[in-house]
Amino acid sequence: MKLRDLVAEFGLTVKTGAGQLDNEVTGGYASDLLSDVLAHAEDGNIWVTLHIHHNIVAVAAHTGLAGIVLIQGRVPDQDTIAKAEEEGIPIMVSDLSAFELVGRLYKAGIRGAEAL
Amino acid sequence: MVLRRFKADLHVHTCLSPCSCLDMSPREVVSAALQNGMDLIGVCDHNSAENVLAVKKAGSRNGLMVLGGMEVTSSEEAHLLVFFDDDDDLLDFQKFVYQNLAGKNDGHSFGLQVIADDEDGVSGFCDRLLIGATSLTAESITAKARAAKGASLVIAAHVDREAFSIIGQLGFIPESLVLDALEISANTNLADAKKRFPDCENYPVITGSDAHTPKDIGKRFTCFTLEDGTVAEIKKALAGRDGRKAEC
Repeated sequence: MKLRDLVAEFGLTVKTGAGQLDNEVTGGYASDLLSDVLAHAEDGNIWVTLHIHHNIVAVAAHTGLAGIVLIQGRVPDQDTIAKAEEEGIPIMVSDLSAFELVGRLYKAGIRGAEAL
Repeated sequence: MVLRRFKADLHVHTCLSPCSCLDMSPREVVSAALQNGMDLIGVCDHNSAENVLAVKKAGSRNGLMVLGGMEVTSSEEAHLLVFFDDDDDLLDFQKFVYQNLAGKNDGHSFGLQVIADDEDGVSGFCDRLLIGATSLTAESITAKARAAKGASLVIAAHVDREAFSIIGQLGFIPESLVLDALEISANTNLADAKKRFPDCENYPVITGSDAHTPKDIGKRFTCFTLEDGTVAEIKKALAGRDGRKAEC
């Protein structure tokens, strides 16, 4: 599944990285601790978080994530947007809560690791 | 005993912090601090103190007092500013942090981590993942700092921010956590912080710039009334002892 399929299916607002929507999504990860994402998220994962700090971009770039989805209509900081554009990291926004969004992504076929 | 006022910016990064501007070399930090009217600065890079001695040396040559410290990331991803009067205490604390900090830096994603000497020569690069979080809880960080031989200070950094603040991460400050002060960022003022964060009524509050570029050093500062620019004196000021004061 590609990012663009998720954007269409869940009505995500694309804030950055509009040119990278062909990124293949290999699975999902949900966490609000950046150190945990660095340690456990996998290449090609889509990351569901409420974090809007610009460090999310570095974490996504380093981990090779397919993209970041911010929940609850959160607005990324200006420097987060600038850095994400520079690094080509897609940031998308959903109005849903984390629980609801992850549930729907799972139903659409996106899976996470069962044990870490 | 003569007490005098010190303009102090206790939250200054150097080029060792991956997110910092490479211009933040020891001499540049000192000259920008003096130019911006500071009497005293605190050097606190993320999870490392490898540039502290160089900035102290450059500071003492130019009449700027420099406190050695570190901005430690706890396992809860809260930032704590930790300072020591004694350099050996600081280096011992650094060893403790390094033992509990995993990962290697990726300069492209996170930025370079330059170790500099007091003449601004590059003496090396720190290859640890300084942007990462330690596996140390906030409580174990304060306990280690307090066990130092000389005076130490632990201040919760930028508590008004959402990311990396102890209030942002934990919701409120646990009663069991012993802090000397809370720091508020340039995004707020004391009256506003007290309204938004009840914890600010229960602790002394200071402010600092969190400068990552030379021009930001001293943008926010705290006025201390002290006998000398030391951690022990600032500790007294935060506790309101012996005529010492802290005003932000």
